Amino acid sequence: MKAKLATGLAVAVGALMGMSAEAKTLRWASPTDITTLDPYAHTESFTTSMLHHVFDPLVRRGRNLELEPALAVSWKTVKPDTWRFELRRNVKFHNGNPFTADDVVASITRILDPGARARGNLATVVRAEKVDDFTVDIITQGPYPLLLNDLAGIYILDKEWMEANGALKPGNIATGVTTAASTTAIGTGPFKVESYKPDAGTTFVVNPDWWDKPQHNLTRIEFKPVKSDATRVAALLSGELDLIAPAPLQDLQRISSSQGFKVIEEPSLRLIMLSLNVRPELKAMPGQKNPLLDVKVRQAMWHAIDMETIKKRVMRDKSRNTGTLVAPPVPGYAKENDVPLAFDPNRAKQLLAEAGYPNGFKTKLNCPNDRYINDEQTCVAIASMWAKVGIQADLQTESRATYFPRQDRGEFDVSMVGWATLPPMDGFSVLSSLLTEQKDGYGGSNAGTYSNPKIEELTRKAAVELDETKRRAMLTEALKVARDTVAYIPLHQQPLAWAVRDGVDVPQFPDEYVRLWFATVK
Amino acid sequence: MFNVLVSRLGQAALVMLVVSAVSFVMFRYVGDPVATMSRENASVEEKAELRRSLGLDQPLVVQYGRFLGRTLKGDLGISYRNQRPVTELIAERLPATLELVIVATILSLSLGIPLGVLCALKPHGIAARLVQALSLVGISTPTFVTGIVLILIFAVSLGWLPSFGRGQVVDLGWWSTGFLTISGLKSLLLPGITLALYQLTLIMRLVRAEMIDVLSSDYIRFAKARGLPARYVHFRLALRNALMPVITVTGLQIGSLIAFAIVTETVFQWPGMGLLFIQAVSFVDIPVMAAYLLFVGLLFVLINTVVDILYAVVDPRLRARSA
Repeated sequence: MKAKLATGLAVAVGALMGMSAEAKTLRWASPTDITTLDPYAHTESFTTSMLHHVFDPLVRRGRNLELEPALAVSWKTVKPDTWRFELRRNVKFHNGNPFTADDVVASITRILDPGARARGNLATVVRAEKVDDFTVDIITQGPYPLLLNDLAGIYILDKEWMEANGALKPGNIATGVTTAASTTAIGTGPFKVESYKPDAGTTFVVNPDWWDKPQHNLTRIEFKPVKSDATRVAALLSGELDLIAPAPLQDLQRISSSQGFKVIEEPSLRLIMLSLNVRPELKAMPGQKNPLLDVKVRQAMWHAIDMETIKKRVMRDKSRNTGTLVAPPVPGYAKENDVPLAFDPNRAKQLLAEAGYPNGFKTKLNCPNDRYINDEQTCVAIASMWAKVGIQADLQTESRATYFPRQDRGEFDVSMVGWATLPPMDGFSVLSSLLTEQKDGYGGSNAGTYSNPKIEELTRKAAVELDETKRRAMLTEALKVARDTVAYIPLHQQPLAWAVRDGVDVPQFPDEYVRLWFATVK
Repeated sequence: MFNVLVSRLGQAALVMLVVSAVSFVMFRYVGDPVATMSRENASVEEKAELRRSLGLDQPLVVQYGRFLGRTLKGDLGISYRNQRPVTELIAERLPATLELVIVATILSLSLGIPLGVLCALKPHGIAARLVQALSLVGISTPTFVTGIVLILIFAVSLGWLPSFGRGQVVDLGWWSTGFLTISGLKSLLLPGITLALYQLTLIMRLVRAEMIDVLSSDYIRFAKARGLPARYVHFRLALRNALMPVITVTGLQIGSLIAFAIVTETVFQWPGMGLLFIQAVSFVDIPVMAAYLLFVGLLFVLINTVVDILYAVVDPRLRARSA
């Protein structure tokens, strides 16, 4: 009897060891941590990207960032303001509950609650209605072409679980409202949360009952936030991590020259540009007419910036110079718009003279020093380039914590802005936030108060145009007007760099999301 | 005695009131939480609503009054970032920081005292000179440099110790400890050494100076003249007397170790209070920043008050003077 037990144990141990040899764990670190597990309580894109491992939206982004069916298998517009979604059958939440139309209605109702921090991500939706167990109608305030883009970031929660745990109302990181959903995540996604410890780490285990066919071979993900750049790189090189995202630019050379590690790079969607103050007066020249009101002056400023040098010296050849306000994968992008004004100091001086400033003028230049990649160095370079054509820029750099509130209050003349068009990943976001006047929810980040009647008109038309070809043409036209009138001075597309050990294969995406359901490790 | 106690506690309360006002007002100027908390696409109306919901649209005096009222009830508010009560967060992070401080203190005492004695006994020996020179390096190297160098040597090159984190921890009730697992102990070493380094050199130099002082005093010379064994003279007679100030300084230094573990915790991603504070700063998480400063202020006030009261207990002259 004893011998039998021993053999049985040996077999069991053997089986366990065999299993652990098969277990594929991916250990990775990033400088920031997950803010909360409640997907509606925040608006942070990093947290959203992490929670995507646990939750599924109705539609999601595929390998090429195209929209594809997820929890919804198909959809159509039954009326201009009503979209009908047919839902996927035989999907189970992590707790075993079946996924039905009730879950979608409860989830949409939850995010539309005035207390939901992420409510703005689905601002145009009025309500969701159950048609039958696997059909749902979503009703918008009038025609809304970007509904699918918005839904791609809205994760579906389990209604029964929310009811049982008092989590039907959303949490909110701003007002400090927490629910059971803040620390427990029950979704339908490819992974389940095993443990969640802020600042120390979060672990995920694979969900064997995921409805989709896995393209990854992971059984476990160990995520750790490591704030210090040097430590994060050291931990990768010492073999404690398989992936770091992002990898600091200054260490890329060192990582790729180390045996057994490689750097993966791609231009990110985030575009860096200069915002220009077009109020009647400049802060740097009180009591005088604002030179930036003249399009010739704005063109001169653009002509005077040598982006090639900035790309080589400051960005270590990792960035991509741009002439338009959206990145190539974003709807509204057009190659013919993407041509920067040539670096030509003589032309710049000539334009300044034509505009009545033969000896240049004074302005302020404000930049953050901890928000975008090498932001401060870029501005230092621009200030010295401007000095050569007579534009005296008084440069001031500061931390993002004080920089952005001041930018919001319109305290700057020329200042740096970065825009990634996220979460909708559509050129409309540039029009509605950066290029329109501040009213009716538009122009939220238009710090320089730029305005142009043609763009105002195109923005309002594009907002309700359901024909995608027509809509894109409107975006492109508006972005062309913005370029011709130098609404902003586009600089470059930020690089995105990750580092992995050999044997780890992780696809990179320009929206900076980490999608480990496409990752394989050896 | 009673008077001393009352006046000391009264002073402590006054100091805490000042600390609370300073921390509250100061952190209003580090930035605007609304900007860091808003979506990139947020409209002006959305930001205004958020500001209202945080109570940031109220006059500063009103905001401070509310803050003080809540604080007195033991409610330090809700962290904007972690969206949990600040008191809970601090209680959760305290074990990590305290264990780090304990290791650093043990390391600095167990190395600092013998090294200090060595330097005092053989001030011109090669070993003593080497230690003296190294201690200069220890006292002048910034903590983050020490930390990174240690990581490069022991984690990257040698691969002996982990470069970050606490390793495996065991929960004993609300206290989570890294003392009970191998990986937890290994993880404690590098940050412990990093944090201990300054403290170690301080203690070493203090012991050395005190020892040299004591060794030249009359009673030691008499003891030597009587032919007592050198070990007895050095360790039983001299060191004991030299240690008195060391104990006082160590006590006070524990307070600053807790307060200044920030850099070490950032380098090693040590999930303690320092890291909590640093993350709060980058997120303009005012409740956490204010609470942290209050906590550290309270710590120093408590230590100083206890020391003062103890002095009064020990030394009757002080009692008479302050009464």
